[in-house]
Amino acid sequence: MATTHTMGAFERSLAALDVGFSRTDPDGFEAALSDTITEPAVGARLGFEGLALPESVTLDPSPRELEEAVTGVTAASFAVAEYGSLILPSTPDGSEIVSVFCDHHVAVLAESDLVLDVPTAFARLSEEVGEARASAIVATGPSATADMGELVRGAHGPKTVDVLLVEGL
Amino acid sequence: MSTDRAETAARLRELLETEGDSVKANTAVFNRGRYDSVAELDDYEELKDRAREIKEDAIERLPELIDELTESVEENGGHVYLASDAAAANRYIEEVCLEAGAETLVKSKSMTSEEIEVNDHLEQAGIDVTETDLAEFVLQIANEEPSHIVAPAIHKSREEIARLIETVFDPDDPPETAEELTMFAREHLLEKVKAADVGMTGANFLVAESGTMMLVTSEGNARKSAVAPDTHVALAGVEKIVPRFEDLAPFVELIGRSGTGQDLTSYVSLLTPPVESPAVDFDSPDVPGFGGSDAEREFHLVLLDNGRMAMREDSDLQETLYCIRCAACSNTCANFQHVGGHAFGGETYSGGIATGWEAGVHGLDSAAEFNDLCTGCSRCVPACPVKIDIPWINEVVRDRINHGTGGEFDFLVDGLVPDAEEGGPDLQKRLFGNYGTLARLGSATAPVSNWVGSLPPARLAMERLFGVDRRRPLPKFQRETLVDWFEGRGGPRVSAVDAEREAVFYADAYTNYVDVGRGKATVRTLEALGVHVRVPAVPESGRAPLSQGMLATADEAASAVYGTLAEHVDSGRDIVVVEPSDLAMFRSDYEHLLPERSFDRLAENSYEILEYVYGLLENGAGEERLRAGQDRVAYHSHCQQRTLGLEGYTEAVLERLGYDVLTSEVECCGMAGSFGYKRQYYDLAVDVGHDLVDQFERPGERDRVVLTSGTSCTDQLDDLMAREPIHPIELIAPE
Ligand code: SF4
Repeated sequence: MATTHTMGAFERSLAALDVGFSRTDPDGFEAALSDTITEPAVGARLGFEGLALPESVTLDPSPRELEEAVTGVTAASFAVAEYGSLILPSTPDGSEIVSVFCDHHVAVLAESDLVLDVPTAFARLSEEVGEARASAIVATGPSATADMGELVRGAHGPKTVDVLLVEGL
Repeated sequence: MSTDRAETAARLRELLETEGDSVKANTAVFNRGRYDSVAELDDYEELKDRAREIKEDAIERLPELIDELTESVEENGGHVYLASDAAAANRYIEEVCLEAGAETLVKSKSMTSEEIEVNDHLEQAGIDVTETDLAEFVLQIANEEPSHIVAPAIHKSREEIARLIETVFDPDDPPETAEELTMFAREHLLEKVKAADVGMTGANFLVAESGTMMLVTSEGNARKSAVAPDTHVALAGVEKIVPRFEDLAPFVELIGRSGTGQDLTSYVSLLTPPVESPAVDFDSPDVPGFGGSDAEREFHLVLLDNGRMAMREDSDLQETLYCIRCAACSNTCANFQHVGGHAFGGETYSGGIATGWEAGVHGLDSAAEFNDLCTGCSRCVPACPVKIDIPWINEVVRDRINHGTGGEFDFLVDGLVPDAEEGGPDLQKRLFGNYGTLARLGSATAPVSNWVGSLPPARLAMERLFGVDRRRPLPKFQRETLVDWFEGRGGPRVSAVDAEREAVFYADAYTNYVDVGRGKATVRTLEALGVHVRVPAVPESGRAPLSQGMLATADEAASAVYGTLAEHVDSGRDIVVVEPSDLAMFRSDYEHLLPERSFDRLAENSYEILEYVYGLLENGAGEERLRAGQDRVAYHSHCQQRTLGLEGYTEAVLERLGYDVLTSEVECCGMAGSFGYKRQYYDLAVDVGHDLVDQFERPGERDRVVLTSGTSCTDQLDDLMAREPIHPIELIAPE
């Protein structure tokens, strides 16, 4: 379980990035998720035992469904509290794609997957990406650009991001 | 040469007017962001040391790492091509596209792809290339070159981009605000991503042991470009390889902070291609599972040499390969802030380190176009996350340019000046490079030299022959030098027996021949604090020739200075220096010019005057012997003094004595030794100087006494402000 210190740091980082944050438990998950998403929504399987996405979230979307969706729901492998960063894995059912193509990204995070800092995160990345020869994105806040004269959120990727933390997982 | 100078001046003036404002506003945001965000890092210095170590080791072992990376990528199912030059890289990328039957390619931002000009090449092969980074997209439709290595369209204002989009696309409802412009580009580019057959990216780092690439981005276009099409081509210089995955960690924390001042950029992609995400087949819009593409993912890594392996063998250029292209050396640079990369850049790269890159990948001619814009102020050095001595690279390349092009009028100058340059540097550089000799002559013949020097015909001749701008007042030489004055007064007034410490005051050329006042104030202050002071005649430090890229002359000067001072250091005397640019020679540049032990001895025993006074006061010297006061002062610390981390001592001493201190926030005064005298750079130097003047002329600050620690800053502010600046030592010295 994340310490109060880590949790506090995470919440502060997310607030500074304008990333929404809410907490739930496995029982309240479906309701909490429904509150967070805007339909049409697409998603990728979360991979947490006992936690499934509701019907309203289309899995394995077609390109059209992907494009028309407002919200994309995916699991984060873990998160880095000090930076508010989410580790988004590249998976065969398109988790990374869903997390970048939709205007609104909802990342589902298990409480036990919150780590404090970059050194801890890198130890884990070394295993899960380096040794496993896999791929992941360290995503910190919404997509952004200052190329058009001032800071704009949602350049090519999501304009808004929400983190839904599931306690006791 | 004189017309070249006029052309350079005109070109710089034009860029100051057209692009300067945008570049300045944007780099200021990056620069402030960097100061703030690195201040939050407790272990900033350790992270930089670690980053440097990793790069040193990687470049050292580069050939074996290339093999290891190749093996890893191939094990993962990708292909690696080691391209010896741009043409080979382009040929390979074209073949990959043709084999994939590609008609369209989307790209994310990559300076390396600019280096090989892959867009032109692919377009000629009939492939439609789209830049998806918003800034690169703007440049592509404007048909312009990047002006900054991280924010390539930094020279363009929002209004200009709006006009451009309106002209090119003629939309029904032309986008105006930054938000609207971004959304317009996003939609336009999404269609391109959907239609793309190949996605191309760069790579900021490549991990040899796993074949993982790290991409540092913010917009998300690189993510889409790498994942949507089933063929991914990544192009990267060979220097991007690091041995192990965990070596990425310090760079993740440093690169965003150093560049745009963000703690982390929005996306750090860690891809070990071919990635597991399915490719998206937008041609089958209604087939579930992202279009159901069953195509195998293809991944090609193109590793580019293009001069890099030769740079690795070149002991002076080698450091360039440690560069992670964060652009901190552009953002910190006063000259860059004012004219941007279209002036301060070569064929591809821009900013301080561009001299190294251009000399290495395109050759000296490309570096020569802009190399002189680096004044050696050194403000980039503490900002560089891999601790590259960027000014040194500029000076070395300047020396090579000098000797590669052949000087004019050598017969004339060779006899007049005592430098060690055979042929080589042009007249202007040799004039300023021999400042010490000129000052000696000027002083010996003063005041006649000052009268003649200020006459219009003389100024005209100096401008034509040497490119000394007529508008810049010349230094006024004093007939009685500091060394003569000191001898004349009977030498030291505190005897060695009574003294707590013994010091040798280094009479630099400016203090000795021009600003003798600050030299006298130094002697009085030190003696008041019980120091036995000597003021021997010591040769010029070599700063002047070094800044002109006259390395042989600077090298001789360093040896001569060390020869004169070594005995004093051996006798336990401290070397006290008032001119920061000379102190920076002793404490940093001599590392390249003296044997290690000599450098260490001199560096360890040399002090900036206020640093020394601070130490004396801390050790109990009588502060009441100095002139205290409640005056309000405005203090500008010399750029090289700040890089040495020494501005704080002056502030501390002044505050201790009761003064109310306002310290400047600009990186450099713009004068930078000879730079502000040169005809081709005069306007730029003045423009830069006004940033500082504006700060000191703010309402409520105009009553402050202006204090400057460096010769250049003193001259610059003296020329640009009504208040006459003095050195802090002149304020606190007893009568
Ligand atoms: S030289 Fe240093 S500061 Fe300049 S771009 Fe390279 S890494 Fe950044």
